[in-house]
Amino acid sequence: MKEAAIRRLLAANLLCVLSVVLTAVVPAFFWDGFTVLGTHLTWLCICSGCVSTFNILLHLVLKPNLSPKRSSFAHKISRFLKCCIYFFMSCILFHAIIVLYGAPLIESVTETFLFAVLLSTFTTLQCLCMLGPNIQAWIRVFSKNGAMSIWENSLQITTMCTIFGAWFGAFPIPLDWDRPWQVWPVSCSLGATFGYTAGLIIAPLWIHWNRKQLTYKSR
Amino acid sequence: MRLRSGVFAASCLLVEALGVALFLRGFFPVAVRSLPRREARGDPPAEPAPPGPGMVSNWTKIPPPLFKKVVLVLIDALRDDFVFGSKGKQFMPYTTQVVEKGTSYSFIAEAKPPTVTMPRIKALMTGSIPGFIDVIVNLNSPALLDDNLIWQAKTTGKRIIFYGDDTWVKLFPKHFVEHDGTTSFFVSDFTEVDDNVTRHLDRVLKREDWDLLILHYLGLDHIGHMTGPNSPLVGPKLREMDNILKKIHISLLSKEEASLPNLLVVCGDHGMSETGSHGGSSEGEVHTPLLFISSAFEKRSGPLTQPGLVQQTDLASTLAVGLGLPISRNSVGNLILPVVGGKTMREQLRFVHLNGFQLSRLLQENTPAYEKDPGYEHFKIAEKSHGNWIKLYLEGNNSEILLNLGKKVLKQYLEALKTLSSSLSKQVAQYDMYSMMVGTVIIMEVLLLLLLSIPKALSSRAEFEVPLSPPLFSLLFYLMCLMLCAVHVIVCTSAESLCYFCSMSWLTAVGVMMLISALMCGILSAIAKIFENSRLPLKNLVVSSSSWSEIDVLILAGTIGHVLSLGASSFIEEEHQTWYFLINTLCLVLCQELCRNNFLLKEWEPHHSTTMKQNFDSVGEASECKNIDIPAAGNSKLSKATSSAEFIKGSDKWISLASPWIILICCRLLRSLNQTGVQWAHRSDFGHWLTSSEHKSELSFLAAVSLLMILFLVQRRCSLVSKIAMALGLLGVYSYRAAIGNVIFPWQHDSKDISKGITEARFVYVFVLGIVFTGTKDLLKSQVISADSSVKSTGLWEVYSGLVLLAALLFRPHNLPVLVFCLLIQTMMTKYIWRPLKCDAAQITVMHYWFGQAFFYFQGNSNGIATVDISAGFVGLESYVEIPAIFLTAFATYTGPLLWAIHLLCYLSSEVNRNSAAVGHGCFCYAVLRSVPVAIYIVLVTGLRYHLFIWSVFSPKLLYEGVHVFITAAVCLFFMAMDQKHSQKV
Ligand SMILES: [Zn+2]
Ligand SMILES: [Zn+2]
Repeated sequence: MKEAAIRRLLAANLLCVLSVVLTAVVPAFFWDGFTVLGTHLTWLCICSGCVSTFNILLHLVLKPNLSPKRSSFAHKISRFLKCCIYFFMSCILFHAIIVLYGAPLIESVTETFLFAVLLSTFTTLQCLCMLGPNIQAWIRVFSKNGAMSIWENSLQITTMCTIFGAWFGAFPIPLDWDRPWQVWPVSCSLGATFGYTAGLIIAPLWIHWNRKQLTYKSR
Repeated sequence: MRLRSGVFAASCLLVEALGVALFLRGFFPVAVRSLPRREARGDPPAEPAPPGPGMVSNWTKIPPPLFKKVVLVLIDALRDDFVFGSKGKQFMPYTTQVVEKGTSYSFIAEAKPPTVTMPRIKALMTGSIPGFIDVIVNLNSPALLDDNLIWQAKTTGKRIIFYGDDTWVKLFPKHFVEHDGTTSFFVSDFTEVDDNVTRHLDRVLKREDWDLLILHYLGLDHIGHMTGPNSPLVGPKLREMDNILKKIHISLLSKEEASLPNLLVVCGDHGMSETGSHGGSSEGEVHTPLLFISSAFEKRSGPLTQPGLVQQTDLASTLAVGLGLPISRNSVGNLILPVVGGKTMREQLRFVHLNGFQLSRLLQENTPAYEKDPGYEHFKIAEKSHGNWIKLYLEGNNSEILLNLGKKVLKQYLEALKTLSSSLSKQVAQYDMYSMMVGTVIIMEVLLLLLLSIPKALSSRAEFEVPLSPPLFSLLFYLMCLMLCAVHVIVCTSAESLCYFCSMSWLTAVGVMMLISALMCGILSAIAKIFENSRLPLKNLVVSSSSWSEIDVLILAGTIGHVLSLGASSFIEEEHQTWYFLINTLCLVLCQELCRNNFLLKEWEPHHSTTMKQNFDSVGEASECKNIDIPAAGNSKLSKATSSAEFIKGSDKWISLASPWIILICCRLLRSLNQTGVQWAHRSDFGHWLTSSEHKSELSFLAAVSLLMILFLVQRRCSLVSKIAMALGLLGVYSYRAAIGNVIFPWQHDSKDISKGITEARFVYVFVLGIVFTGTKDLLKSQVISADSSVKSTGLWEVYSGLVLLAALLFRPHNLPVLVFCLLIQTMMTKYIWRPLKCDAAQITVMHYWFGQAFFYFQGNSNGIATVDISAGFVGLESYVEIPAIFLTAFATYTGPLLWAIHLLCYLSSEVNRNSAAVGHGCFCYAVLRSVPVAIYIVLVTGLRYHLFIWSVFSPKLLYEGVHVFITAAVCLFFMAMDQKHSQKV
């Protein structure tokens, strides 16, 4: 049972990685002059859009958290709206944190905000898909030993990796190499993306290695 | 002998300070390059002898002067675009006209960093590149002993008159027949410094009894420091300079006789950066204009070309030739050929030969393998062809051929000169490696000793056995002493270059050797002990390392990451970014910790939480194998985990949760107050907005609010008397700033005349001393009568508030919010973060250290020399007094780290009831935190000593680190004293 679940997780995650890679490659065929570095803002939009649609589709297809009760249509709508609000709020929060970290407040707002959207896509959106707009569940998952399934474990790992990637991505900015990828926010968003993909790949492997130790309490 | 951690750490730091001092002395050697100038007057070389027998050139003397009178106008901080750029066209019409159409040659002279006035004057007058140490003695410039232009001119009987910056008078005492020095320290004075120079001008220009007139104008530099290069004040000042130049030029032309023309030289000592300061190596700081104006030159024809780039040091050689003097022996400059371009070919060749001869002699004296130097080889070839040319000349050959051949020789000479001076400039940095090595060894040994004793020092008793006698009397110790002494003798007898450590008395040297051996023995015995212990099972290590909290991981990673970042020059230039990044992350992690504490802890069963929350703060403690302390720690943490959930309730809980965010916002605001570093220093910031003259009322309002806030935040824990003293002192600070014209009182609308504010500043000093004295009295009382600890903490807080008041006086008014936020963050951290989370002493120390570092940069400092605010050293002083000035400047520069360190002491001694060893732990951690970066940085700098940026980036940082070590040593002594009192009581 567990092996099969891990395999399913791996497949889903690899598809996610593929979608990220495709966003960097495919648009170049349709649009001349598209490069991840050169037209970074466009790429940011495309990447966040693709990853989020892909995640939502994946969620709809796989339904890793089987909700026990069938809910009404109105309930679903309100749930969806709540998700949207949460996502937007998380964008704002990320934006605020990035500004607190020293990003310019007035100049390059678009860059900062799109970077915040990217981060939200990689972290909050996944949480929303997996856990729904339920803060209590989020806190549970992100406290130590709080995960209750391999999916939640994977969520923990990818979120952490994304944040770390973005964090490490800020390191080369002060260097005086004058490279195109040192421009704000290229290195950070690349860092976040690499962190996210690394997290996606690491998560199933890590769960596989530690499958003996991992015991999930039921609620 | 039993030692407590505090005592141990303080003594370690003292030894380390000794090591750092020795290293600094070796790294910044006082350059002894050529023979002293008294012996330097060897005969000038004759013209190269033409080949073949019987023919000897009869020209053996120094060529006669080319100019009768020379006027050198040095405008401090004159940037190249002030003359050649749009500003020059707009504000210096006469000069622009002379440059474009007159008889002049214009160049851009490149100054070498450090771009500070005194080293630049030395470079201009000696032609050598002064070492970095000149920056430190800048404030107290001793007489220049090297061979230099002024001395040469004086000994040949030239009469020199000087008006301007009195650095010259100190550098060249008794050299001028007439002088009037103005002091450059009152930076806010824009007009008087220059009027003091100009008022002599009319009289002097009429007279005939001088040969060389030097004028050094400071006003532009002061305007730059206060308002930046783009301020509206720059234009009128440039116009004033233009008028002065016009006056001098016209007067020189009118007095010209048939015999010899006169020369007017206009130059800057250094430029200014986009913020108006200088000291670094940005383009604006190193590029200065250099104009030669004389009727001897040809009128410029044809379109204006971009002025050529020359070195600042070239001026000395050129002027020496122009005045008919021998070129200074240490000069690395090249003759600027166009200046002598009007002379005959024979004379021109003679000049460049003299220059080349001087350079090659300097090379001979400084490099053993000088014959292989390409410059030297070129020079020899050129000399040979010069001889051939002279042969042809004496034979009276066709002038056409002679001219062409001469041009070729000239070209060869110029090539040789260029190569020679570049290879000489490279050699300027000559390090005293032996002293550096000894210093490094001491520092590394102290670091190792500190690291090895971490487990012991951070144990709950915070004291450990130092086996003093066995290592001291062991054979190893004596053997090492003997060996080191032998090495010392060998090194010192064989070394050719001067070595500071060798020049010390042998008793001192033996003392240092004994110290090194003793430290080595201490390290060895500590290692031996650890190996003994490691035979015990290592289970504890695994357990404790897995239970590190996020804070511990961050603290460790941050410390290591920062140390590693010191290897890259851009990370040093932008070090503030590192610290801001780290404290931001720290705040977020603290926020997460608080969330967990508030939301989750209740649900956990006690035994679970103990395993989770067993925090061990550093590697050392993780490797602690004798687990005597662990049960105790575990117990305390158990109670901590269970109690802290109930500890904060209601509204406090939400304030506690919000506090990291408030701190983050404070830090963000502070970050945009002072843009610092190099890459983004030009970005606009609040500080510049506030200091510009249009926003004086905003600045006044901000300063007043900040002072009120400081009073509000500080007075909580003071006694009534100090409260009143504090209030009066802060009022005095405001009136001091009003007196020197930084801020205005609301009722004062007309700008009244600016004074130096001596009375007001001294009024504040009285209160600072009063408050500190009251605090010290309380501390002494608590020690002698052993009263309750509340007296002691009040005393400490009073000392702290006295320092805050001093900082408020010394800070520029726009920096007062830094002080406010410092106090605010400390208050919030204490109340809502550290107390509820019950962080242990080591974590608290690291956080204090990080915030201290961040505040160092928040207050506008950087790792460049230019940001040191020397005006702080003159607050309340009539004139420059060395000791108080240095003390005040150091205090103003290191206010951030210092205030946080003292606050750490206040906090830890208030926590003594919970953890009796807190102060000792804090002191020890502080010492370790300071030692690690210093030790690593010193090794890095030794490795990178030939790096391109060594003088502009790494050396200033080294100075900052060194001074920080001295200050930390003093702080740790204070810690130790506080710790002492406590332990006597127990
Ligand atoms: Zn200057
Ligand atoms: Zn200056």
